[in-house]
Amino acid sequence: MSLETFRKETRDWLEANCPPGMRVPAKGEADICWGGRNWTFASDDQRIWLERMAERGWTVPTWPKEYGGGGLSKEEAFVLKEEMKAMKARSPLDSFGIWMLGPALLKYGSEEQKREHLPKIARGEIRWCQGYSEPGAGSDLASLRTKGVLDGDEYVINGQKVWTSYADKSDWIFALVRTEADAPKHLGISFILIDMETPGVSTKPIKLISGKSPFCETFFDDARAPVSNVVGKPGQGWDIAKYLLSHERAGIVSDAVSGGLNPVGAAHLAGEVDENGQIADPILRGDVARLTIDALAFESTLRRVKDEADKGEGVGAKASILKYVGTELNKRRHELNMSALGSDGLLWEGEKEEDGEAARSWLRSRANSIEGGTSEIQLNIVAKRVLELPGS
Amino acid sequence: MSFVLNDEEQMLRDSARSFLSETAPVTAFRKLRDDNNPDGFSRDLWSSMAEMGWTGILVEEGHGGVELGVFAAGLLLQEMGRTLTPSPFLSTAVLAATALRVAGSDAQKAKWLPKIVSGGTVIGFAVDERARHNPEHINTTAKKQGNGLVLNGTKRFVANGAAADAVIVVARNEDGAPCLVLVDCNQKGVTRKARRTVDSHLPADFTFEDVALDGDALLDGAEDTEGALKHILDVGRACVAAESLGVAEQAFDVTIDYIKNREQFGVPIASFQGLQHRAAHLLSEIEMARSIVMKALRTLDETPSQAPIWAAAAKAKATAVSRLATSEGIQMFGGVGMTDEYDIGLYYKRAQAAGEFLGDDAWGAGQVAKLSGY
Repeated sequence: MSLETFRKETRDWLEANCPPGMRVPAKGEADICWGGRNWTFASDDQRIWLERMAERGWTVPTWPKEYGGGGLSKEEAFVLKEEMKAMKARSPLDSFGIWMLGPALLKYGSEEQKREHLPKIARGEIRWCQGYSEPGAGSDLASLRTKGVLDGDEYVINGQKVWTSYADKSDWIFALVRTEADAPKHLGISFILIDMETPGVSTKPIKLISGKSPFCETFFDDARAPVSNVVGKPGQGWDIAKYLLSHERAGIVSDAVSGGLNPVGAAHLAGEVDENGQIADPILRGDVARLTIDALAFESTLRRVKDEADKGEGVGAKASILKYVGTELNKRRHELNMSALGSDGLLWEGEKEEDGEAARSWLRSRANSIEGGTSEIQLNIVAKRVLELPGS
Repeated sequence: MSFVLNDEEQMLRDSARSFLSETAPVTAFRKLRDDNNPDGFSRDLWSSMAEMGWTGILVEEGHGGVELGVFAAGLLLQEMGRTLTPSPFLSTAVLAATALRVAGSDAQKAKWLPKIVSGGTVIGFAVDERARHNPEHINTTAKKQGNGLVLNGTKRFVANGAAADAVIVVARNEDGAPCLVLVDCNQKGVTRKARRTVDSHLPADFTFEDVALDGDALLDGAEDTEGALKHILDVGRACVAAESLGVAEQAFDVTIDYIKNREQFGVPIASFQGLQHRAAHLLSEIEMARSIVMKALRTLDETPSQAPIWAAAAKAKATAVSRLATSEGIQMFGGVGMTDEYDIGLYYKRAQAAGEFLGDDAWGAGQVAKLSGY
């Protein structure tokens, strides 16, 4: 089928199948469909949209059909994305299973693992979380100490993870566990899939400065997982984790340029513009303009990296540049939103649903340059892998 | 729109890089400076650029050019930025050629474009009258008088002004609307004063006192001269942004090379995290500048109506990044970075001057705010 035919058929199908309630932009976290065993749909439209898209495999358009995907080429997937954007259709399903575990399983998983887990991710039946960081292993992730000891054909797992996003709402966790006690730091780690209903697994939400609790602590007390749940080989976990982190970074970067409030909109909301719509404070206006310039440069860079990748040049450590610049930019955007909003931005809660949202988003954005590898870790990677500067 | 070079562009860049590094390296620039060359550039080099077709890069084939477009012109300037090569390329082959192309009559094009292509003339582009760039601050007048015009006013720091045979002057007509007139520098009533700048270039200040011009001095081929002027300036901005980018890239390369080799405390200073993070930050910024300069150049070729905001943003970003890269360069070189013997200081000076030309980062930010409607 030619791309043009595909585009037309896609447009017709979307037109016929996307419910009206799913054609308005998501207002915030609450409008996102994450799926999972305990998921409560926000509306019938949300449920219908997920079912119809999953039926076609379009929740994960490029995954192979036998694993619940749409089997689309990269070009077709791009057309689908464009057509969805044109009609303002929401994403039917967002999840760590789609962004992170899926790509890792496709690359490193066994046939059984793929058949067991991928279709459930595609249909939104199982919600996954990621167990990487520990209280003593943040930037130095490879020093993690959660331990798995072999007992027959099971690992007995003990330890603690932290910053596990939405662990309290998730059904399964993919975790890094030290299984080879005597191996060198980076070689003793395995990537294990664990059902959160397993006895001995428990979670506790962490309250953040934003007042929200998207992150949890996750505890393993003699929790058992079969050896068949190890992805790749025992001891190969670090390689898989690195591969997966690059997908996580791509996700965080796309946040930096996605919608949401910008300082110009904020100035209008606060009434801090003159009769021509010009931001009233000239110094703030200049700061906003410099942000716009950097955002245009960043947007152009994303396009360039994509064009280079299409031509066969690897993205490699450039992902670290994108992560560093994109997250610092997003923090600046939120800071300027707060400046433009003035005292209105300080509101913590009120009568309207969106009251307090600006402050909470601003606070949330501080994590952008910490999660998925801090800005400083990204700069280390650029210095070592791109510039090849010597180690100290 | 593609953010990668096609084969033809790749070849152009490679050949420019090898030509400039052999014929016009930084040592050649130093010699022009130390010899107090009265033109501020090498006439031989200008002839070679004509032989290679560079002078005709924006000129249609009918007038002897190769018309490769603004993106290609930017690629050449990026390479000239790397070698700090002074030449009339930007003023004559980019600004004057574009002015004639978009605002010249057929007769004016036929008269002047072949001369530009042959390397037989240097033409300055005179816009600014005050210290900081602002194309709205025009007090120079070109008013009708009989069948001709009379020109009055002053222009400051006209690039390549010292060597120019003619200048294209931005003036206001009797209705106060912007117009463009092409003036021979030997015309009666024209006085010029060469100004040596910090980057060892030789612009000139011009005074026009009751200069009597023929009617055909007025570039009247455009339906909308004001729009044409904006386009000419945007082409110039995107191209000088490309030069600034080249300055930044080369300054960065020599700095990284230096810190890998310079040893203190018994180790290369590049092993210290205090320098590593600054270097990695700089590379990130240079990557951003590279992308937005490409975007502005391509937009001028492909969808010029959308170009103004990209040209302003690219100019601002390239200005800021080239100044950052060169000032960080001096700091990382340490004491020797302050000496005339090392090249990094020359890059620092050019970054300042190129950044100022046609609007610096503050000016660009103001434009971006205006064009974005806030």
